[in-house]
Amino acid sequence: MAKSENELTWKDLEIGNIVTDVKNEGSARRYESGTWRSQRPTYDFNKCIKCGLCALYCPEGCIGQNKEGNFEADLFYCKGCGICARECWPKVIKMVEEVE
Amino acid sequence: MTLRTGVEVSIALADAVKMCNPDVIAAYPITPQTHIVEHLAELVANGELDAEYIPVESEHSAMSACLGSSASGARTFTATSSQGLALMNEVLYVAAPMRLPIVMALANRALSAPLSIWGDHSDMMSIRDTGWIQIVTENGQQAVDNTIIAFRVAEDPRVLLPAIVHLDGFNLTHVVEPIIFPEQADVDKFLPKYKFPLPLNPDKPVAMGEFTPPFIFMEAKWAQEVNLKNSKKVILQVWDEFQKIFGRKYLPVEKYHSDGAKVLLMTMGSSGETASVAIDELRKEGVDVGQIRLRLWRPFPFEELREAVKDADVLIVMDRSISFGGPGGPLASEVKAALYNQAKKPKVVSYVISLGGRDTTVSGFKDIVKKGTEIAAKGSQNEYEIYGVRE
Repeated sequence: MAKSENELTWKDLEIGNIVTDVKNEGSARRYESGTWRSQRPTYDFNKCIKCGLCALYCPEGCIGQNKEGNFEADLFYCKGCGICARECWPKVIKMVEEVE
Repeated sequence: MTLRTGVEVSIALADAVKMCNPDVIAAYPITPQTHIVEHLAELVANGELDAEYIPVESEHSAMSACLGSSASGARTFTATSSQGLALMNEVLYVAAPMRLPIVMALANRALSAPLSIWGDHSDMMSIRDTGWIQIVTENGQQAVDNTIIAFRVAEDPRVLLPAIVHLDGFNLTHVVEPIIFPEQADVDKFLPKYKFPLPLNPDKPVAMGEFTPPFIFMEAKWAQEVNLKNSKKVILQVWDEFQKIFGRKYLPVEKYHSDGAKVLLMTMGSSGETASVAIDELRKEGVDVGQIRLRLWRPFPFEELREAVKDADVLIVMDRSISFGGPGGPLASEVKAALYNQAKKPKVVSYVISLGGRDTTVSGFKDIVKKGTEIAAKGSQNEYEIYGVRE
């Protein structure tokens, strides 16, 4: 999109608000749902057994393996629901309050 | 000389749909719409109409299937009534902003409770703000003509909006009327092939019905409003063109002895014809009364209405539904809103009549004109009057 969000007018919308560029504009990939978060996951990777349960349970699908193979949330998308921390039985993940 | 055929209006409307050569019909039967979709199912089953007939399990599914088929570029038709329309409600709102030109026949019927299968306009009013173009017909011929017109308007590249053709349940759907069927060649000429600009197509993927954050939602809604308002110009053009080919003329506000009349009776739907007989009789008796009939409910024809009533002293508006706890008749409140800021305007008297199939006869309309004129002169404490309720 050439114009920024705040410059777009109703005339810039495609017919029926259809998005034709499905790889970029039409993709939720660009949508930073991480801004909704009030809590953030923190990790003690010494305890991580790389079982991947946290990734299976993550409703956002934002957990993947990092360089060391440990499972970690992408904070651009993570909404801070805490499900991963609850499901992680080796207790790797701890939720902490987001502070400015 | 064109031939008039005596045929039940529902069957005639289904035959008109066939002449429009739809690709998909998704519908669920409900009284008094049943004969329309039954006949279409028969035409498809007999091989007389080459279309997909989707026998869905509910009206919610019917409209959902219509969204998908219209979005893929298929000419799409459905029909329903009352509770069926209520079940469709959620999906109805989706069609207009997504610009999907589905055509629907709505056999107008009362909403429950108490259960009634008979005609009134409470179903029509329940979907007023869904963004569909809404044409209200008065007899079988109008229903047939405006079904063909609805496809043409809805699919016009300048419009691309869903359209409803209203016809009163039983008073129209179940009566046999003399109908002039257009020639197929003329319909083909009048109605070009439907072409959706960005259809669902795996080779050229698009995203439809996207999540819309606050930064762009109001712009999307304003686009919808501008689009529906602008459709009026196209509707008027298409009605003109229809007249040139088929000889019958439609206007958003139709006049009957209304020019110069001091008292006007305003109707919408099939009761307008009974009212016209009352107008004839009253004029013979020397009463200075005329009639206006609203043909286009959405987009609302503000200018045409103001022009039609500008010289009248009294405007008596007939409604076949109640906005409960509110101003009474939805049509009357629309008319009042359209006239409120005008320097010169008639006194508006609102009458609710003919709910759930109750007949208002010729003598009833004459009575309403007399009483309405008195109310306009004396004033009334009531927001609206209701006609014929036993107290």
